[in-house]
Amino acid sequence: MARFGMVIDTRRCVGCMDCVVACATENDVPDGYCRDWIVEETRGRYPTLAMEIRSERCNHCDNPPCVHCCPTGASHVEDFGTTVQVDPELCIGCKACLASCPYDARFIHPQGYADKCTFCVHRVKDGKDPACVAVCPTHCMHFGDLDDPNSEVSRLIASRPNHSLLPEAGTRPRIFYLT
Amino acid sequence: MFELTTTRHNPMVDPAMHVWGWEIPVYLFLGGLVAGILVICAWLLVTDRFRTRDSIYPALPVAALVLLSAGMGALFLDLEHKLYVWRLYTTFEPSSPMSWGAWILVLVYPLLALGVALRPPVWLARRWPALAGWGAAVTERPKLLRAVGWTNMFLGALLGVYTGVLLSALGARPLWNSALLGPLFLLSGLSSAAALIHVATRNAEERVLLARADNAFLSGELAVILLFVVGLASAAEAHLGAAGLLLGGPYTAIFWVLVVGAGIAIPLVIQMLAVSHRIPHTPVAPLLVLAGGLLLRFVFVHAGQVSHWPFV
Repeated sequence: MARFGMVIDTRRCVGCMDCVVACATENDVPDGYCRDWIVEETRGRYPTLAMEIRSERCNHCDNPPCVHCCPTGASHVEDFGTTVQVDPELCIGCKACLASCPYDARFIHPQGYADKCTFCVHRVKDGKDPACVAVCPTHCMHFGDLDDPNSEVSRLIASRPNHSLLPEAGTRPRIFYLT
Repeated sequence: MFELTTTRHNPMVDPAMHVWGWEIPVYLFLGGLVAGILVICAWLLVTDRFRTRDSIYPALPVAALVLLSAGMGALFLDLEHKLYVWRLYTTFEPSSPMSWGAWILVLVYPLLALGVALRPPVWLARRWPALAGWGAAVTERPKLLRAVGWTNMFLGALLGVYTGVLLSALGARPLWNSALLGPLFLLSGLSSAAALIHVATRNAEERVLLARADNAFLSGELAVILLFVVGLASAAEAHLGAAGLLLGGPYTAIFWVLVVGAGIAIPLVIQMLAVSHRIPHTPVAPLLVLAGGLLLRFVFVHAGQVSHWPFV
C-alpha cells in the first residue's frame, strides 16, 4: 500500500501562490478560505538574515490527531495512499479536528463540514499529480510514495537536508521541506 | 529576529483559533454540574438519606435532566453540520473522547429517569401515580438500590472527568494538554453541584454536610489548579507559552481574580467560617462557586484555543 507524501524545495519556491490558486480552482474552495497557503519565515540578525518560503497544507500525518479525536469517523485514513480525508456525509461540524491539528490546516466549509487538503486524491487516482504540484512554475513541489525507496520523493529526502513541521508534536507529518 | 508571515486567512482559524464560542463552556459547565448531581444523588441513595422527608433528592434527577438537556442544546447549537448530529450514534470511536461522551450521555439519561422514579417530586407523582410504583421495585430491594447508587457514582465520575478529557486529549493546544484537566473539571462539577444543592435544599443537615463537602472539593480544586500551573510552567516551550497566558498574559486577571479568587478562595473562606458556626450560612458563597465554575470553563476553552505550538 502506498504512503503518499510531498517534498517541497524551499530553495526553489518563490512564493508565487500558483499552488494556492490551482488548489482553489481544482477543488472549488470557497472564497475567503484556503486549503494551502504560503508562509515566509525570516530568521537571523541583519545583515545575515535567512528566509524560507514554504507552501503549507495538511500534512496527512502518519499519527493524525484529527482522525483520533473525530467522534463519527468522518476524519479517516483512506486506504488509497493512506491519506487523511474527511467524509462530509459523516461530519457533524464539532470542530474537534480543527482544535486538534497543530498546523491549523483545517477549516469549516460554509456548508458546515470540516475541510482541508486532500492531496487531490481524485487526480492522483487518475495518475496525475495534485493540482498544486502540477502547476508549480519552479517545479519545487514533488509528490509520490514515501514507502518506495526509488520514488522521487524518497530519493530527494535521502539526498538533501530537509525538515518537517513541528516534529515535536508527534504527528509524524508527511510533507518535507528541502533546505 | 524571527518573523513569520502567512497568506492563510481561514475563518475561525486565523489569526488565532476561535472555533468554540459560548456554547462549549456552557455545555462543559452543565455537564460537570450534572456529573456532580449524579455523585451527590449516589451518596443520598447509598446512605438512605433520600428517604428523609424534606430531602432535596426528589428535585435532583429532574433538575439534572433539565440541565443536561440545556447543555446538550448548547452543544447542538455549536455544531456546524447540525442535520448530521445523528451520525454520533452510528458508530463508537474509542480514541475519541467526544464519542465516549456521546455514549455516556445515552447511559446517563435513563439513569436519571430511574432516579426520578425512585422518589418522584410530589407534582410528578400526582400527575403520574404509577411512577412511584416503578421506583418501589428498586427502593424496596436494598441491594438493588445500592447498585443503582454506585452506578450513579460511577457514571457521574465518568461524566465529570470526560468534560475535562474532551479538552485535554487535544494535544495541539498546550494549555489543555494536561491529564489534570479531567480531575479539575470533575472537582469543579462536584463543587458546583454541592453549591447548587446548598442554595436549594430546605434540609439543614444536608446544607451543612454539602457545605463541608464543597469545602473539600474547593480545596481539592485549588490544589489541582496549583499543580496544573506548576506542570505547565515547568514543561516544554509550547507549554511555557500556554502558562504565560495565565501568568502575566491576557487571561491572568480573569483567571486569578475571578475564577480562583472570587470563585474558589473567597467562597471557601466564607463556608469554612459558616461550618464552624462563626457566621450563618449564606447563599453568597455557593452562588460565587457556581459563577466561578462557569467562568473556569470559559477561561479554559478560550485561552486553550489561543495557546498553540510555537511558530505555526
